[in-house]
Amino acid sequence: MSLDISFIGILIGSIMASSVPLILAASGELITERSGVLNLGVEGMMIIGAISGFALMVITDNLFIAIVGSMLSGVIISLIFGFLTQSLLTNHVATGLALTIFSIGLSAMLGKNFVGIPGKEFPILFSSLRESIPFFGPILFGHSIVLYFAFALPFLTNYFLKKTKLGLVVRAVGDSPVSASNQGINVILVRYCCILYGGAMCGLAGAYLSLIYTPQWIENMTAGRGWIALALVVFATWSPIKVLIGALIFGGITILQLHMQAIGFRIPVQFLSALPYLMTIIVLVVISRDSRKIKLNTPTSLGRIFYKEK
Amino acid sequence: MALYFFTPFIAIILTILGGGIIFYILGFNPIEALKFYFITPISNLYGLSELLLKATPLCLIAIGLSFCFKSNNWNIGAEGQLTFGAIVGGGVALLFYNQEGFYILPLVILAGAIGGMIFALIPAILKTYFNTNEILVSLMLVYVSKLILDYLVVGPWSNPEGFNFPETRQFSDSSRMPLLFEGLRIHAGIFLALAAVMLSWFILYKTYLGFQIKVSGLSLKTAKYAGFKGKTMILVVFMISGACAGLAGVGEITGPIGQLHRMISPDYGFTAIIVAFLGRLNPFGIIFASLVVALTYLGAETAQIFLQIPKYTGQVFQGMILFFLLASDYLLFFKVKILSLKKNELRH
Repeated sequence: MSLDISFIGILIGSIMASSVPLILAASGELITERSGVLNLGVEGMMIIGAISGFALMVITDNLFIAIVGSMLSGVIISLIFGFLTQSLLTNHVATGLALTIFSIGLSAMLGKNFVGIPGKEFPILFSSLRESIPFFGPILFGHSIVLYFAFALPFLTNYFLKKTKLGLVVRAVGDSPVSASNQGINVILVRYCCILYGGAMCGLAGAYLSLIYTPQWIENMTAGRGWIALALVVFATWSPIKVLIGALIFGGITILQLHMQAIGFRIPVQFLSALPYLMTIIVLVVISRDSRKIKLNTPTSLGRIFYKEK
Repeated sequence: MALYFFTPFIAIILTILGGGIIFYILGFNPIEALKFYFITPISNLYGLSELLLKATPLCLIAIGLSFCFKSNNWNIGAEGQLTFGAIVGGGVALLFYNQEGFYILPLVILAGAIGGMIFALIPAILKTYFNTNEILVSLMLVYVSKLILDYLVVGPWSNPEGFNFPETRQFSDSSRMPLLFEGLRIHAGIFLALAAVMLSWFILYKTYLGFQIKVSGLSLKTAKYAGFKGKTMILVVFMISGACAGLAGVGEITGPIGQLHRMISPDYGFTAIIVAFLGRLNPFGIIFASLVVALTYLGAETAQIFLQIPKYTGQVFQGMILFFLLASDYLLFFKVKILSLKKNELRH
C-alpha cells in the first residue's frame, strides 16, 4: 500500500466523516452540561434520531423531512429527561441512564420493520471539485451538508457561549444557579432549552449515521458513539473548539483501526479502540488534580439538582 | 416512610400500564402481550429457575451498588467490574482447564471477586487522590474492560481447537457452579447472592462502617465534622461494590456460560442500577426488585418467541420502571414540603 499524497487526502476526508456524529452530539451535550445538567442519555437520543430519521426517509422519501424529523424526535425524547430532572427534580445520572436504556429498546421496537431496507443516496456538495483537486479535493469537497454544518458548529457554539448575552446566561446558570436565579433568570427554563437543544443535536448525529454515514437501519447502530461523545465533552474540558479537535482525534482512531487491520499491523485493534476512553480518564485526572483548574473548566453545578422555593 | 417503600409498586403498575399502551400502539393485543411478558415465563418450573438465574447477578451487583449509592458515591461502572471479575476468574479457570479438584471453584470465585474489586478501585483511587469524577471514570472503564475481554477471547486466550471463534476453551467441571436441580440451569451462585444480602444488611444496619456510610450519604459535611475518614470509606464502598459485581461476573461464566466469550452479560451491570433504585437500596427490597427486573429480561425473550417482538423491549420496560420510580419520588418530595409548610404555619 503506497502512502501517496492523494491517499492521505482521502484518509483525512474519511476521518472527518467519521468524526461528524461525535462533533454534533458532543456540541449539543456541551451546551446541556454548561447549563449545569449532566445528561447521560446521549447514546439513547442518538439512536432515536437514527431510527426516526431513517423511518421518515423511507415513509416520506424526503431527506429534508427526515433530517428535521430526527432532530424533532431528539427534542421529544430529551423532553422526558427535561421534565423528570427539571420539573420533578429527579437525579440526573439515574434519569439519563434510564433514558439510554429506554431509547435503545424503543428504537429496536420502532425499527422492527425497517431492518434490511436499503438507504437512499444522500446528496453531496461540490462532487466535481473533489475529483479534480488532488489532496485538498477529498478533504474540502464532496461531503454532505451535515458535515459542513458539523464543522461550523463548534465555532458557532464558541461564539454563542463567549460573545452573546444568552451564552452568558447559560454559563451563569451552570456555574451558579442560585445567583443566576437571584438575578431574575429563570434557571429551570434555561436548563429546559439547553436539554432540548442537546436532544436536537444528538438526534441529528443519529440521523447522520443512518442516512449518510452507513445509510441503513441496524439495531444498536450508534455502537457506543454516544458514550464517546460524552467522554469527548470531558476530554475537551467543556470547550467547543477542543471538542472539534478531540472528535478528529477520536474519529481518526476509528479510521486508523480499519486501515491497520487491512495492513496487518501488530497493535491489537482493541487497544486502539480503548484509547479514547483512556485518554479521557487521563484528561480528567489532569484537570481534576488542581481545584482551581476544575473551577475554571467544569460547570460548577454540573449534575446538581436546582430547586427554587416558591 | 411507608410511602417510601410503596412508590416502587406504583412505578411497577404504571410500567405495566405503559407497556400495555405501547403494545397496543404496535398493533398487539395488550392483554395477550402482557400475559406473554409477565405470566407465561414463570408459569412452569423451568421458567422459575430461569427467573432466579437472571435475578442472581442483578441482586448481587445491586447489593454492592447500594453501598456506593448510600454513601453518595456514583459507581455506574458495575458492568465493567463484572467484566473484569469474569476475566480474572475466567483466567484462573482456564489455568485449570484440564484438571479436576474441589479447590478450583473457590479459587475461581475468589479471583473473580478480587478482579472486580481491583477494577472498582481505579475510580475510587482517582476520586480520593485526584478528585476526579467517579461517574465518568467508572463509565469509561466499562468500555475498556469489554475491549480487554474482546482482545483476550479473540487473541491469546482463544480456544486453540476453536476454529477461530471468539471464545475460550470450556472450563473443566471443577470450575463450574454446581447445579441445584437436574435439568434446570439454576446454580449455587444464588447462595452467594443471598449471603451478600444478609451480610450487607448486617454491615449497613449493625456496624460502625454502615453508620458512617449512611451519615456520609445524608450529609458529607456532617460526616467530616464527625471526623469520619472519608477517603478510606470511599475505597471500602467501591471495593465492596466491585467485589459483588466481580462475583456476579464469575457466577455467570462458571454457571450458565462455562467459558469466556464476548457476550457474558446482557448489561446486567447497568440494569442493576435500576434494581438498586427500585429496591430502595434496602437489602430485602433489592431481592424483590431483582426478581421484578429479571422478569423483564425473561418476558422479553418469551415475547420474542411467541409474538416476534424484538427482545430489546425488555429495555423499554426497564427504562420505564426507573422513569416512573424517579417521577413518583416527587410525591415524597411534595409530602415533605407540605409537612414542613404546616410546621411553619404552626409556628407563626
